[in-house]
Amino acid sequence: MVAANENTVGLSQAEYDHKLGVFEARINRGEKIEPADWMPDDYRNQLIRLIHVHANSEICGALPEGKWIPHAPTFKRKLALLAKVQDEVGHAQLLYRAAETLGPSREQMLEDLISGKSKFSNVFHYPAETWADVATIAWLIDGAAIVNQVMMAEGSYGPYARALKRICYEEAFHLKHGYEMCVVLATGTKVQRAMLQDAMNRWWEPIMMFHGPSDKVSKHTSLLVRWRIKLKTNDEQRQQFLRQFVPKMIDLGIEVPDKSLRLDKKTETWMYDDPDWSVFKKVVNNGGPVSGERVEARRLAHEDGRWVREALEAAAKNRPIPMPPASIR
Amino acid sequence: MTDTQGDVYEVFHQQSRGDPHIYVGSVHAPDPEMALLMAKEQYARRQACVNLWVVPASAILATEYADEDIFDRATDKSYRESWGYKTPKTVRATEDGESTNDED
Repeated sequence: MVAANENTVGLSQAEYDHKLGVFEARINRGEKIEPADWMPDDYRNQLIRLIHVHANSEICGALPEGKWIPHAPTFKRKLALLAKVQDEVGHAQLLYRAAETLGPSREQMLEDLISGKSKFSNVFHYPAETWADVATIAWLIDGAAIVNQVMMAEGSYGPYARALKRICYEEAFHLKHGYEMCVVLATGTKVQRAMLQDAMNRWWEPIMMFHGPSDKVSKHTSLLVRWRIKLKTNDEQRQQFLRQFVPKMIDLGIEVPDKSLRLDKKTETWMYDDPDWSVFKKVVNNGGPVSGERVEARRLAHEDGRWVREALEAAAKNRPIPMPPASIR
Repeated sequence: MTDTQGDVYEVFHQQSRGDPHIYVGSVHAPDPEMALLMAKEQYARRQACVNLWVVPASAILATEYADEDIFDRATDKSYRESWGYKTPKTVRATEDGESTNDED
């Protein structure tokens, strides 16, 4: 139990306990919490942290794929990739709005991403080296993200749950398109099959870390589950992902690049050796292979767009409209 | 730095003519026209849409969830509902002097 003085200024312990009781009873009845409702500071802060990281990840997730738009192998793939990248950036906007209902401004959250104060998903700290990486990301990383997002869409905070319902609807196309790309490569030439296997080899470890540290070491999980911010633990989500996707990978003739992975037939559970969580920690603290490149791409995009934002603001207020900087003109 | 995120506008989306406009979310914009443009990109990108409304969030006055007891009914209002009336499946009209109801 968190003491009142740490949590909500100006409340006695008895008042805090009463409010917490009403709050938790509402969550246990399956009701949503809305922005104007009383909530413990821990609930607010955990949600801000999660939604902020989620929004950052949508933006940074568009970067490895966006880079491949000019190199898409067919016009149809180019159209699909453009639409997917547009969706991901749109998802970021929806999520920053959901986080804003809890306090921080979008402007501040974007600044925090650029300054390195806030994190984004481990998988987007790695480069997309070949076209097969684009296929792997769209199938397996979007697949892993959907496991997470479908669960979070049933969570207790109204604005986040509503944003996620919309996001999940759009992700369905990403997943199906990603699977189709992988099927094409897996049923293609020897070179295409090798390219897909190579992408899987490089992406498997980051994907196994995607749902976050094991329940044994995760410090936030129990509180998050109690307040229905999360409905499943990290390990439960990872297990669901493995059950859903490993059989399909095997069908595609992909060798799952994890010697420790084995199915326990009795419990229908995938067993594996825990990934090295110190690598995860280093990567999400911007110590990954292309962390710097991602943050820099985001910073440049933010700076390049500044004159547009300022011009819109000026036009709305009937002020002289600034010209774009010389570097863009 | 200057704050360029603008005001918040709430977005209402109509899927086809005749449907109600349904609240779908919100956007940042410097003025209503830009809010409509942002709303079109964000909320009418995939699903069918024939009409959008944007409303400044600041224009919305809402009740407090904390006061939700204002919606409680103080007395029995079943007389306002169709289920508040019971009628037999078959009815036989009474003869003169046979009335059994309390409204005669």
